[in-house]
Amino acid sequence: MYRLQSLAARSLIAGALDLCTPLTLTSLTGVRHKSQGPSVEKCGQMRFITAEAKASAGRLDGKMREKTLTMDTLNPQVKAVEYAVRGPIVLKAGEIERYLEEGGTKPFSEVIKANIGDAHAMGQQPITFLRQVVALCTFPELMDSPSFPEDAKWRARRILQGCGGHSLGSYSASPGVECIRKDIAAYIEQRDEGVPSDWENIYLTTGASDGIMTILRLLVSGKDSSRTGVMIPIPQYPLYSAAISEMDAVQVNYYLDEDNCWALDINELHRAYQAAKQHCQPRVICIINPGNPTGQVQSKKCIEEVLHFAYEENLFVMSDEVYQDNVYAPDCQFHSFKKVLYEMGPEYFSSVELVSFHSTSKGYTGECGFRGGYMEVINMDPEVKAQLVKLLSVRLCPPLAGQAAMDVIVNPPQPEEHTFKQFHQEKSSVLGALAEKAKLTEQILNSVPGIKCNPVQGSMYAFPRIFIPPKAVEEAKALGMQPDMLYCLRLLEETGICVVPGSGFGQKDRTYHFRMTILPSIEKLNVLLGKVRDFHISFLKEYSGLEWDEI
Amino acid sequence: KDSKSGLALTSLVPYRQDSCIALASQPMHQRSFTQKLHSFMNGCEYRDRVLTMDTMNPNVKRVEYAVRGPIVQRAVQIERELKMGIKKPFTEVIKANIGDCHAMGQKPITFFRQVLALCSYPDLLEDSKFPEDAKSRARRILQACGGGSLGAYSTSQGIEMIRQDIARYIEQRDGGITCDPDNIYLSTGASDAIVTMLKLLVSGEGMSRTGVMISIPQYPLYSAALADLGAVQISYYLDEDNCWSLDISELRHALQEAKKHCSPRALCIINPGNPTGQVQSRQCIEDVIRFAAAEKLFLMADEVYQDNVYADGCKFHSFKKVLFEMGLEYSEKVELASFHSTSKCYMGECGFRGGYMEVVNLDPEVKVQLTKLVSVRLCPPVPGQALLDVVVNPPQPDEPSYDTFIKERTDTLATLAEKASMTQEILNQVPGIKCNPVQGAMYTFPRIHLPPKAILEAKEKGQVPDMFYCMKLLEETGICLVPGSGFGQRDGTYHFRMTILPPKEKLKIVLAKIKEFHQHFMEQYS
Repeated sequence: MYRLQSLAARSLIAGALDLCTPLTLTSLTGVRHKSQGPSVEKCGQMRFITAEAKASAGRLDGKMREKTLTMDTLNPQVKAVEYAVRGPIVLKAGEIERYLEEGGTKPFSEVIKANIGDAHAMGQQPITFLRQVVALCTFPELMDSPSFPEDAKWRARRILQGCGGHSLGSYSASPGVECIRKDIAAYIEQRDEGVPSDWENIYLTTGASDGIMTILRLLVSGKDSSRTGVMIPIPQYPLYSAAISEMDAVQVNYYLDEDNCWALDINELHRAYQAAKQHCQPRVICIINPGNPTGQVQSKKCIEEVLHFAYEENLFVMSDEVYQDNVYAPDCQFHSFKKVLYEMGPEYFSSVELVSFHSTSKGYTGECGFRGGYMEVINMDPEVKAQLVKLLSVRLCPPLAGQAAMDVIVNPPQPEEHTFKQFHQEKSSVLGALAEKAKLTEQILNSVPGIKCNPVQGSMYAFPRIFIPPKAVEEAKALGMQPDMLYCLRLLEETGICVVPGSGFGQKDRTYHFRMTILPSIEKLNVLLGKVRDFHISFLKEYSGLEWDEI
Repeated sequence: KDSKSGLALTSLVPYRQDSCIALASQPMHQRSFTQKLHSFMNGCEYRDRVLTMDTMNPNVKRVEYAVRGPIVQRAVQIERELKMGIKKPFTEVIKANIGDCHAMGQKPITFFRQVLALCSYPDLLEDSKFPEDAKSRARRILQACGGGSLGAYSTSQGIEMIRQDIARYIEQRDGGITCDPDNIYLSTGASDAIVTMLKLLVSGEGMSRTGVMISIPQYPLYSAALADLGAVQISYYLDEDNCWSLDISELRHALQEAKKHCSPRALCIINPGNPTGQVQSRQCIEDVIRFAAAEKLFLMADEVYQDNVYADGCKFHSFKKVLFEMGLEYSEKVELASFHSTSKCYMGECGFRGGYMEVVNLDPEVKVQLTKLVSVRLCPPVPGQALLDVVVNPPQPDEPSYDTFIKERTDTLATLAEKASMTQEILNQVPGIKCNPVQGAMYTFPRIHLPPKAILEAKEKGQVPDMFYCMKLLEETGICLVPGSGFGQRDGTYHFRMTILPPKEKLKIVLAKIKEFHQHFMEQYS
């Protein structure tokens, strides 16, 4: 039975990676339920035959018109792009979901997607005030409705006045609606306790991802050893590696220190920089603070060191601060790169080129679907700035509804306003629950033998290290996949829990992790963590041949 | 001079010596150099900027996008000057540079906005003022969203239910030709999808670098994207004397020329035309498809103006429908992507950045790559997706909102048709302006005769002659148009693009002002 099961698992897992072949869904238990589809071995064979047939058709059958766009002619940089957060494991999860919907059976009744920081999908309620303003902007007839509060109406009117024809349906200026840019600048000044922010340095974007890609695009140039190198943390959010591949820049890895709560080690930055200089020209350093997927919150001292390093080595700084409101650990505080730079004095503040990114998708609003975001650009060469505006203008403008949502985030109800109480209560309850879940996740994971999890100081993820027995590592290698991919696929198949393998974010060789969000409701998170624990123990048992009490 | 002061700087500041020496030996831009010197004088240590015009991605430098180019920046400046009380020969700037309907006063379709408001704030589902058909659509959309919220990410390809609705809509539009929802990708406006498809297509080096055929005049998104991607632009000229129609022999000629230095792999068509307003005949589309099949070109059909057809005798034919009616020989092999958007037609909802593309005959492996590529950007804005859903699934005759919806839609399209013919008539009355009929889309692209003296003066100023003309028009009348050079035109011809979107009364004034300006301009320079 064990052999059969393991065979089944192999075939399945191989199938998950073989994206272009339509999959027949058989579960791990599929061998036992014959009615569910062709036998596993046969399924595997068929796949082989299909692939072979396809290849030979392409090569031999002269009648078939060769396509213009094939894997051979496809932009090679597109081929190189990888994005694990929505990679093979998520596609597999989607298939299982559909299978369950169609009445198929699994050892679980639902797929829990803990792969992506999608708060609303996990049941978090939108902030009422934000949605009121967006609804008012969308359908201004509602301005006459007594059921909407005055402070929401006031904000909606102001936003609409900034829109062409007073409609969310007009294009805005490419850098965004002017009054929203001004509100953002005022918000940043307040956040940074008076450090000046010029609204003309603010650019609204389609989510933070869009801003990050745009700035990277400006920075990539040169050939061979003068090709732009981009320093990114490992583990990283794979948008960075994907963008770097797409633009054919050089990825320069600096490793975060797992033994030290994923802190950034300045010596490691020096090492990575010196090593990279041999084959490329490092010109950018990217920082994610609070960290994704690693959840650490940088200390002020650490930020100073990074900025000093960037100053010394002439690096452009990109600071991804989309989780700035998501800080849970009592001894941690968010420090913006901009504020720290300012406090380091004029020789830094007037010279280091810095772009920082923010978004509507995280924080306490979790409005991912609106694709709102902005970036603040500091010390950028004025001529380059003109080029940036030109580049943004080709895409016309970021979505107006997202810009409106951003405006509410930077300009929330004030204590003297009618909706303040409700707003404040909703905000604290979201952030309070997140803090609780951060702690719960860390605690339960650390109680599992073979799992070690750093504290989730901020952001929305845990990135625990998992021990994978050598036998499982071997099996994964035989299947041509990363060991943590094997682990996560098995977890998905057996429990319905979808997490992302650490290899999708990068990790030190021979260490294995997964990223899971802390977003499911507390009850569900408890169940989920319990299932992860049970799975992990049985996984260890299966692959190390040990009995339960030996582990 | 530069290098001298650069050396002086080196001796003053031992710190960062390498870069100062490098600076001294390199030609530097005057302004940024003085700036650096200035910051040095202020006591700050000198530090090279990382990102300068010299170190920036060279492809970005080559990107040009006239629709929001220098003339529009000047228009914004003038608007500010007016606000500050500076006297001008006009009281407002009229932006006829961009197809932005709502900004020009067009009203949104009530039903669409009702559904979107309901989706944004579902408490309104209890409000009796909203019609039931709007509520049922909002409920259906929300059910398809994660957690029943517009605030959740959708799948990267777009919400499945919306893709199904779009597929049904396309089937209906195309008289029953099947459409697979799996071939639909929602996008952030049509521009996003166009850039994504081009990104897939670009490969090779030197002679084998991808060439992309685009019409001239074209919508400058295409030239901008090609510059950004480092692809080779292959221009084919539309026939101005023949209502801007597409001439197959011109396609052939352009292709043969291009084959000498690149590998032509895609052909872009804009129908109805932007900026040229022509509507392609069925025959012409068949010819294009045959050409693409014979030359193995990937077809990209930009059909965002598909509902904007005004001229009698003209009809919109989708590339997909024509392709499938040409028989299996074509429908099974020609690779096609067609694009649509919420920004144009009668909706004019530009700000929502809604759009989709349908891909036909795309290699399955490439499709996986496409899905992967779009996943990096997570998903298109969900409000835009919701809007698109209502556009493809509007009120039906038996529903309460039907009458209002039809009335609003008909009014909008009828007004546009009226403005199209009015624009053409008035412009053609002006000596020195010749305007083809505006059969469709939202623009007129008249040819303007510029006297040699004006051309000379423009050249002296280092300006393209039609830019010189449009700048002058802006300064004197407050009307903002885009010079033809931003779209491409035959050498020695000059045009401008103006939208037909201002309200009728305003449009009349705009046209009268242009007439007066043009006459005056001709007098001044002849």
